[in-house]
Amino acid sequence: MELSEHIKTANVEDVTLRRPFHPALRGTLCVTSHHLLFSNRKDEASWQLLILLKNIDAIEKRAVGSSGTITIKCKDLLVLQLEIPGMEECLNIASSIEALSSLESVTEMYPFFYRPSHLTLLGPWGLSTTEQYYKQTERLWDRWRVSKVNSDYSVCPSYPSAVIVPREVDDDKLIRSARFRQGGRFPVLSYCHHSNGMVIMRSSQPLTGANKKRCKEDELLLQAVIDGSELGYIIDLRSAQQAQQARMTGGGFESKSCYRHWKRIHRHHERGKVVQESLIKLVEACSDLSHSVDRWLSKLENSKWLSHVHSALSTAGLVVECVERDGHSVLVHGSEGTDNTLLVSSLAQIILDPASRTVTGFLCLLEREWIQAGHPFQQRCAHSAYSHARLKQECPSFLLLLDCVWQVWRQFPLALEFSEALLLRLAQEVYASNYGTFLCNNEQERCAAGVKENTHCLFQSMLKPDIEEQYLNPLYEPTDLAIWPSVHPQSLQLWTGMFLRWTEYAQNMEEAREEVWSIVKEHRERV
Amino acid sequence: MSCTEVWWSEMEHIKMPKVENVRLVDRSSSRRTQVGTLYLTATHTIFVGKGSEDRSELWVLHSLVCNVLKHKASQSGYPLLIHCKNFQVIQFIIPQESDCHNVYISLSRLSRPEKYEELYCFSFNPNVDKAERGHSWDFLDLKAEYSRMGLPDKLWHVTAINREYRVCDTYPADLFVPKSVTLPVIIGSSKFRSRGRFPTLSYYCKENHATICRSSQPLSGFSARCLEDEQMLQAIMKSNPGSRFMYVVDTRPKLNAMANRAAGKGYENEDNYCNIKFQFIGIENIHVMRNSQQKLIEVSTLRSPSMGEFLTGLENSDWLRHIKSIMEAAVFISKAVAEEGVSVLVHCSDGWDRTAQVCSVASVLLDPYYRTLKGLMVLIEKDWISFGHKFSHRCGHLDGEAKEVSPVIDQFLECVWQLMKQFPCYFEYNEKFLISIHDHVYSCHYGNFICNSQKERKDLCIKEKTHSIWPHLWENKLDFTNPLFKPDQSQNQGLLRPRTAPYCFKYWRRLYNRFDRELHPRQSELDCLMTVKEETQQLEEELALYEQKLAVLDKERAKALYMQKGVLESKQTLWSLPLDTSLANTPQDYIGGFIGGAPNVFTLQQGERENAELCLFGDKPKSSDADNSDQESGVADFSSHSSGEESLPSEDSVKDPDSDETGPNRE
Repeated sequence: MELSEHIKTANVEDVTLRRPFHPALRGTLCVTSHHLLFSNRKDEASWQLLILLKNIDAIEKRAVGSSGTITIKCKDLLVLQLEIPGMEECLNIASSIEALSSLESVTEMYPFFYRPSHLTLLGPWGLSTTEQYYKQTERLWDRWRVSKVNSDYSVCPSYPSAVIVPREVDDDKLIRSARFRQGGRFPVLSYCHHSNGMVIMRSSQPLTGANKKRCKEDELLLQAVIDGSELGYIIDLRSAQQAQQARMTGGGFESKSCYRHWKRIHRHHERGKVVQESLIKLVEACSDLSHSVDRWLSKLENSKWLSHVHSALSTAGLVVECVERDGHSVLVHGSEGTDNTLLVSSLAQIILDPASRTVTGFLCLLEREWIQAGHPFQQRCAHSAYSHARLKQECPSFLLLLDCVWQVWRQFPLALEFSEALLLRLAQEVYASNYGTFLCNNEQERCAAGVKENTHCLFQSMLKPDIEEQYLNPLYEPTDLAIWPSVHPQSLQLWTGMFLRWTEYAQNMEEAREEVWSIVKEHRERV
Repeated sequence: MSCTEVWWSEMEHIKMPKVENVRLVDRSSSRRTQVGTLYLTATHTIFVGKGSEDRSELWVLHSLVCNVLKHKASQSGYPLLIHCKNFQVIQFIIPQESDCHNVYISLSRLSRPEKYEELYCFSFNPNVDKAERGHSWDFLDLKAEYSRMGLPDKLWHVTAINREYRVCDTYPADLFVPKSVTLPVIIGSSKFRSRGRFPTLSYYCKENHATICRSSQPLSGFSARCLEDEQMLQAIMKSNPGSRFMYVVDTRPKLNAMANRAAGKGYENEDNYCNIKFQFIGIENIHVMRNSQQKLIEVSTLRSPSMGEFLTGLENSDWLRHIKSIMEAAVFISKAVAEEGVSVLVHCSDGWDRTAQVCSVASVLLDPYYRTLKGLMVLIEKDWISFGHKFSHRCGHLDGEAKEVSPVIDQFLECVWQLMKQFPCYFEYNEKFLISIHDHVYSCHYGNFICNSQKERKDLCIKEKTHSIWPHLWENKLDFTNPLFKPDQSQNQGLLRPRTAPYCFKYWRRLYNRFDRELHPRQSELDCLMTVKEETQQLEEELALYEQKLAVLDKERAKALYMQKGVLESKQTLWSLPLDTSLANTPQDYIGGFIGGAPNVFTLQQGERENAELCLFGDKPKSSDADNSDQESGVADFSSHSSGEESLPSEDSVKDPDSDETGPNRE
């Protein structure tokens, strides 16, 4: 079925648009295959609002007399209202939006049609590859190698074609280790400390099962990681009890007797549905207009969102503590190793590694640790906070990462090269984008769909000098040290820029941001 | 009794002037406990750390001590817990029980002076002469403030009726009333008001002649009337020619006001007063507020609470709900004055707590002047000090009725802080300024916040015997300036319209966890911006200087030479400064940049350091291992504040046949 077949009414005149902080506007509404376009022509100056249909999380229709009202709730948390004269038109528009906003076929999505004149599809896609990362990181050359064992994605469907592993472990061992890990996600290198050479590894859980199966190759692989040093730490992102229970369903954990030089620490992290429901509750609390502080605080508490932020930051701190202070290598995993594992390993790098705190460094980190590492974006970000659809595999792990990074920025306002604007942009793009970067669930799928050949890369476009500028932190002052965030509840705040983005509260903050820029610019001019 | 005598009598309370081998416990990390000597002086408790290089000192003013508690003996000795009015919590461990008891007895007495003369401000003697002291009291002039508002004018004038404090002993000597009211009307009205606090002007909007007036509750009981009081309100309304009615705002909950009727007090009956619109705004009384803050303090001092515990505790304290109710009252009044052009009479019971809060917050909303450093000082001087907010009682300066103590002024400062959070560019001052004021309200270091009324201060010769805080704060105004302040816009913007949605009210970490250094951002955006701004200005001045020189020089060659020099020198100052003062996370700066800077900025100012104030001298960055030690402090955070449930490493040990991996004893 052609996309255009979903469109029964393409144009409606005399539509009234209401959005926060703006007077209502009258204009024309158009529905296209991928967009909702509202345009208002008044005194020659025309104003347009273009919304990607994919950005629409939920719609509500209401009939008022002969006309209808559609409330549009976007994944970036914006809520709009359209008053459409004529009930039939209203219903047609609503059903088009419903059908077109939930397309499942990747190649029908807008990034495959987005062709701006200033970008070209030629040239390499993305910022870096595993091989390039390896080449740039001299520290790795001695003991680590790039393995192409997964070049046809058969060993681990969610891993990229190339991964970094200990030099002394050959591909056969990797294959065996992969069979012993859920989804084939055998331990691979995530980060190597710039001065002491200790590493952060990540994987999925070992499939020890009820019978306490062992895998010699997996044990050897981890042994090779610490290579003679006395101790490594396994940070298991489940409670000890959960890890135990996982054995009943074929999963498990690394027992001390088999992994002699590794110590396991359990930190409980919520995942999947629970976190998604947190997001839903939080957004609901933020849009509750009743005027009681008690209700607000209890709803905020009840959402548990800040508790997730708290756990993610403290576990990341723990990882850094092991690597940076104590000089030990760390393996991080939960169950699948595609969500909290990536959250913790990438946060740890931001705390630890000055290189990941620049705009380029941060985007490279996201590319490496989330996109190439196989975070299932398509499943996790199918819906955001407003959708009434039954939850499948949605989970705002990536948004949680952005929130944590925001908390770090609040505590170290000079240490990150990028500003809140970059985080907000990413929070928007991950749910609905013109670019192909967040499409699909892993490299294999992206390859099959031809994402690299047929879409533009978000990160590349964000790094164009004129665009990058808007994401810079005017006060950036690089530091080589680890930036240890405080994880006390008093130190963690609600990310107002994100969750109260469409309120006046956030607008005053915008003014403050502009003032910061003007102070800094004035200073630079004098220089 | 002279100061020396007082001093000697205080010395008598000191049973133990010095205790050795006392341990100062860092509540956030037991590893940072220090051993040293504890000294008790007439004015301070002083702890001097023993370390050879990092000799740290902790000075605590007795007047800042809220309470002293002995805890159960531990292995290492006898713990003594000191809670301060500025929310510092100090824990000493004293080896001998008798020493601990003696210190406890002495401190309990010293922190609860019985006479005004015992307060620190009477013995505080900075190196200034008499004339200068007198001068310090002239720094703020309320007469000038009223004339800034446009008073007196054809409708309002000063009445001399209270010059001797005979009509109302808790009011100031000079009061503004409508020109049209006669002396008998004022006296009649004052007799019909609690403690004689008749309606008088607090704020005047010269653009539209609307006013905020204040008073205490009327003695109306169930049916009493007072013609003069009715005339008084009528006169106030008529002094605003543009309006046909006025608001009377009773800031109490309706139930409380009704209960007061039984005691012969109460509220205005709309039928008796012409053209008033009466309105209750339910702000709770001082007792509710005291309990609420107590709960808030308990939450803020919880040891490693989980996110849920903290938020639930914050909610249960009700503190933010109270702040919101004060803010909403102020919003109502400011809108009435600025948007409707209607005058408002505000009262509560006595008109010195809630009334002071609401009038002053409304003034901050209405008038950009009160959002400047000097303006806030004037506002506090006017609405709080001169109008008889009972500082001595509310702050517990002297040993007395615990029920009189209440954080009324804290709430005012917090409302201003909440507004600053919402309008980052509209305030000339920053939160350090508010915190410094808070400090001095309680410290009894200066005379401003001593006593309960102007009359008491006059009787006690406060101006002759003590110093004023305001010029001192003014001297340090650079520390208190908000770099984001945009004066022009703020002038245009006049009325602030704050949001009062619940999410707009935040927990004031900088005040309540002020001394828990590890809780605060390690780098300060505002300090950094301030440096940048100062530098820009410096550069501009330099540029102007060189331009001047250039103008003087005729020869092209000489000109070129100077140009070059100018560029070079300005570059040097520029790049040397940010590198030194920036808050980058270099090992030294990691402690020193923000945190080290914090104690001296956030407590009291540099000049006072020698004069014995709360400073942690030991926070200066050490050389190389400073890096290490502070990283450890960060480390401690993660291990001790792990996420509640099964997260502690030691809880790893689930019963498992191969549970060889018990908790890795990482620490």
